Amino acid sequence: MTQVIIMLVVGLAAGILGAILGLGGGIIITPVLTLAMGIDIKYAIGASIIAVIATSSGATIAYLRDNVLNLRVAMFLEIFTTLGAILGAVLNGILSPVVLYVTFGVLLLYSGYNMIRKLRSGTEVLHRATPDALAEKLELNSSYYDKAAGKTVDYQVERVPAGATVMFGAGIASGLLGIGSGAFKVMALDTFMKMPLKPSTSTSNLMMGVTAAASATVYFFNGSIQPLIAVPLALGILVGATVGSRIMQRLPARWIRIIFVPIIFYIGLQMLLKGFGVNI
Amino acid sequence: MSENNPELEKISKEMAQVEIMIGQILRIGVIVSAVIMLVGFITYGVQGTTGFAHNGFPTTITAIITGLGTFKAGSVMMLGLFCLILTPVLRVIVSIYAFYVEKDHLYVWITTAVLVILLIALFIGHS
Repeated sequence: MTQVIIMLVVGLAAGILGAILGLGGGIIITPVLTLAMGIDIKYAIGASIIAVIATSSGATIAYLRDNVLNLRVAMFLEIFTTLGAILGAVLNGILSPVVLYVTFGVLLLYSGYNMIRKLRSGTEVLHRATPDALAEKLELNSSYYDKAAGKTVDYQVERVPAGATVMFGAGIASGLLGIGSGAFKVMALDTFMKMPLKPSTSTSNLMMGVTAAASATVYFFNGSIQPLIAVPLALGILVGATVGSRIMQRLPARWIRIIFVPIIFYIGLQMLLKGFGVNI
Repeated sequence: MSENNPELEKISKEMAQVEIMIGQILRIGVIVSAVIMLVGFITYGVQGTTGFAHNGFPTTITAIITGLGTFKAGSVMMLGLFCLILTPVLRVIVSIYAFYVEKDHLYVWITTAVLVILLIALFIGHS
């Protein structure tokens, strides 16, 4: 009974945070399950993948209805993450995880640094004089309604190939290491493609569920998904993500970025250290 | 800002329609999986067992379906989780249809490519 309540509460918290930040909630769920509750890492990984899908589906309902996310950007980039995820699974044992940990650790730290720069400059939305040709061809430029600011914000995306490359690498890393499902996506959208933060986190939310579904059947059929853990967790997350997707829209983008910075540094540092064999 | 850019506004309005439709279908999918998971979990609470040896759970489609026949809590929960795993796939399928209705052929192709890759991944996962 206690375990059920813990799962529901952890799920609720992870769902709220994940929906706001576009993350899969692994940074909350994995340590609670493995360190605090002593659950086998195999079941913790299985529960994490269910958590990503629950967060994604729970939050995406509101983000689609309220027109916050960018569906074209999501679907175009999803080609690269899913291909990466398959390649990651195939390369398992061939590609060195150390290289991936270090590369993505450094990229996340760079992304965190970039976010601080954006915070200091005070400009959330980029207005370019010369629009990106590929973004225009793919009709990726769009607008979203910002409930906190009370206005429609038009935006353009740039450096589409760079974003796609990061997404491909992120797919490999997620498929191989089972990590960073959301953090890498927000990084590609916000840091590389210069999308505003709210469309970035909500688009990441939509995408991470699709990428996770690609590997979820592996875990489902190999017995990693223990229903007595995953079901209460998923139910808590669905409620949390529904609440979180409403909170996010009313939060000023700047606040979301302020919450994001320490988390992205934490994940980046954790990955970098893991690359050198240190677990924190 | 929008009135300065009619082209962007038109694209944006069309997308809003597409997104609302996908959102509604996704919501049904999520509610269905949540209800199945909840029913399975309550059944487990009432019966005090998953219905499988050592409070285990089924991991093959056959075992899940067989267990559903006798309303085993473990089978119902696994079915709910499986439905949840399929909600992102549902999102992609409905997106293809929505782009088709909007006559956005480029994105019908892009989203179909995503679906094909995803199905390949699901297939690799099963085998």
